[in-house]
Amino acid sequence: MTSRLMTRRKFLKIAGLTIAVLITPSGYKLLSAKEMEKKTSEAFVPNIWLQIMTSDEINIFVNKSEMGQGVYTSLPMIIAEELDADWKQIRLKVAPASDEYKDPVWGSQATGGSTSIRHMTEPLRKAGAAAREMLIKAASEILGVPQSECETHMGEVVHTKSSKRIKYSGLVQKASLLAVPQNPSLKREETFKLIGTSLPRIDIPDKVQGAAVFGMDVFIPDMLYAVMARPYAYGSKITSFDEQAALHIEGVTHVINFNDKIAVCADKPDLAWKGKAVLRVKWSNGTSPNLDNGLLEKQFLKSLDNHGIKAREEGEVSTALSHAWKKIESTYLLPYLSHATMEPMNCTAHVRKDRCEIWVPTQNQTGALQVVKKETGLRPDKIKINTTYLGGGFGRRFETDVVEEAVKISKVVGRPVKLIWTREEDMQNDFYRPANCSRISGGIDKAGNLTAWSHKIVCPSIFARIFPGMVKDGIDPAAVEGLKNMEYEIPNIFVEYVRVDTPVPVGFWRSVGSSHNAFTVESFIDELADLAQRDPLEFRLSLLNKNQRAKKVLEVAAEKAGWSKPLSKGEGRGIAQHLSFDSYVAQVAEVSVNKDKSIKVSRVICAVDCGRIINPAIITAQMESGIIMGLSAALKESVAFSKGGVQTSNFHDYDLMRISEVPDIEVHILKSNEKSGGIGEPGLPPIAPAVANAVFKATGARLRNLPMTL
Amino acid sequence: MISLLVNGKRYKLDITPDVPLLWVIREHLKLAGTKYGCGIGMCGCCTIHINGKAKRSCQITVGQAKGKKITTIEGLSASHPLKKAWVEEQVPQCGYCQPGQIMQAAELLAEHRNPSDEKIMKTMEGNLCRCGTYPHIKRAIKLAAQGGKK
Ligand code: FES
Ligand code: FES
Repeated sequence: MTSRLMTRRKFLKIAGLTIAVLITPSGYKLLSAKEMEKKTSEAFVPNIWLQIMTSDEINIFVNKSEMGQGVYTSLPMIIAEELDADWKQIRLKVAPASDEYKDPVWGSQATGGSTSIRHMTEPLRKAGAAAREMLIKAASEILGVPQSECETHMGEVVHTKSSKRIKYSGLVQKASLLAVPQNPSLKREETFKLIGTSLPRIDIPDKVQGAAVFGMDVFIPDMLYAVMARPYAYGSKITSFDEQAALHIEGVTHVINFNDKIAVCADKPDLAWKGKAVLRVKWSNGTSPNLDNGLLEKQFLKSLDNHGIKAREEGEVSTALSHAWKKIESTYLLPYLSHATMEPMNCTAHVRKDRCEIWVPTQNQTGALQVVKKETGLRPDKIKINTTYLGGGFGRRFETDVVEEAVKISKVVGRPVKLIWTREEDMQNDFYRPANCSRISGGIDKAGNLTAWSHKIVCPSIFARIFPGMVKDGIDPAAVEGLKNMEYEIPNIFVEYVRVDTPVPVGFWRSVGSSHNAFTVESFIDELADLAQRDPLEFRLSLLNKNQRAKKVLEVAAEKAGWSKPLSKGEGRGIAQHLSFDSYVAQVAEVSVNKDKSIKVSRVICAVDCGRIINPAIITAQMESGIIMGLSAALKESVAFSKGGVQTSNFHDYDLMRISEVPDIEVHILKSNEKSGGIGEPGLPPIAPAVANAVFKATGARLRNLPMTL
Repeated sequence: MISLLVNGKRYKLDITPDVPLLWVIREHLKLAGTKYGCGIGMCGCCTIHINGKAKRSCQITVGQAKGKKITTIEGLSASHPLKKAWVEEQVPQCGYCQPGQIMQAAELLAEHRNPSDEKIMKTMEGNLCRCGTYPHIKRAIKLAAQGGKK
């Protein structure tokens, strides 16, 4: 594992056909290995995606992290399709962190925002198609027949007239000397053999045998384990601790004081924790000792009275509201949420004088590389980042805090170090989904038409910390996601943003702003439908005349659910739709409310239009996954704060949805010719409002706070 | 010295008896298929079999496991009907909770040839899955119970 980094030169010398894609301001440029060598001095570095080996194996480099969303299967499917490869030839290669593997749209190597398919489809198809054309050309020259008489099929070029066939492996040497076609013709959709099929996932057999290597499962020779003692309260520092007591534990090798935390290293993790247990650290008071749930709630609600920054304005909302026949105003409040990835944070690092190697379950290779560079002062080509399987990501693993810690520790001890966070540390040191509240006013005219919508959202800024450059005019793009681009056709609409800063760090959490804004928008639309005494489905459809895709998913979900079928007393059916990451999703939830006021969700029907379908089984799984995580948040999850820190500590006080609580879920994928949309996140946003709307139908109670309680 | 019998293999370890079995299996024996999720018995990621019974290895010390027959995901036959059903139904997403899920389900099937839905829920309730693979888990258990035939 610790083998020396493969140099670029060596990589390019491998016998076989390598196709790289260079992205330039004027578009994609396709390159062979030979051409790449010449290009090394250019500012743009080509991405290497595909290598056909003389051994008949086809290496496909995946630059995205596998965290359950299926990219290790769906991305290779795209190349294999264009290449007409035999799926059995495909060897998945996890790309190291380097410029060669940056996402061509982002210019960085990271996985998030449900972008993998959206950003990678075009370059991957081109790379596959170019290689295929080169293989055909090579075969036609070898056989002395015109190219037009040659076809590709399952990893071979076939001369149709003579039925002569040559395997790709027998062609690569010749093909690699050819010029790479710049505009290879892409396959027509009707001829797809892989795209659109539920090909089994590449990663599943290992995951079933317990053989998949997650970050936690990395073992490096001579490795130490590191654990961390952390303060409870935000901003609290160490005043004293008993270093000797820890060092007296047999097997404990190092105690490192970082001022606001202490690392303990040992031969085995149990010994490191024993050492941590006897440190007897005294901590200073935090910077916000009074921070607790009550204080936070007050701060959010009070901020609703502040003036916001205008994020959207159409028409004259205040005039429209004052002229409205009927109007309502509602306030919604949503909590901080934890990512609670099943695999707690961890990172293994080996820092040496002249190089450094990292093994980490990360969504952010570029970020990890930058952190290592900063901590070690090493050049990027001396740093190797190995991405392991991720035991869940959901945005948490976009952060590089754990990488920084592991590198710092390894630097001090001069040995490889596996840093393991406990679940408690993971829960209490998250970058949470921001709490937020919205005050929304809406008005209808006498005919029951929605005429005005005024929306103020109070929300901490995620981007201010992570991508400050993307905060334009003081508006956090995540905070107004789904509001700024809310699709209902309303003549007068006003959206304003109030930024609120608290000591609680916030970060990307599956579906980000849509995770809360879908709830407020889709609940309030229902409130307005009720005010207008109109059916919630019909009311929504009437506001989506120019938006056929949103309309269609609503119609399909409603039809499959039997929208107008009567339900028993105590039962209710609710609907919601939301566009996020270029995919349209509508969901109908059926709930029953028991005498003890507990809410049981019995059935969810989901309709999704995510454009062109790559792998329907993966789409279905991601919809289910989003629905279940969304339900978990809507019904159960809320991070608690007290005495200046995070009180929530483990699954006993932050429980997730369990198998016995999961409804029957039905997913319907709509056929579509649009570009592929994301699928990792869009399944989540509509479920909370669909359930709240169903509870309203069942009980008449409108739940405006999450998690829901009656 | 503590002697452990894991997946039919005998190990001798120089270790104090109070260490949770989970960490011994994972970091001492390097059988990393058994996962750490919470350490307090609330997630089921660490589920193994002790004398054929599904147990949370984070809640048992290595001392308590002495002399008992321990089976981990690596020791469950590679062609176990549940492992096959798990592939057939494409259950795992991130995959982290899955060894624990399979070990829990294996005990269920060993004791009930055709468990009811209710029984499946009750038995599997202690195993969390943040990715929400529950609908697939249900289907895979049923498939395995039916001898792999749909
Ligand atoms: S790690 Fe043992 S139950 Fe969670
Ligand atoms: S598959 Fe990811 S936690 Fe279960």
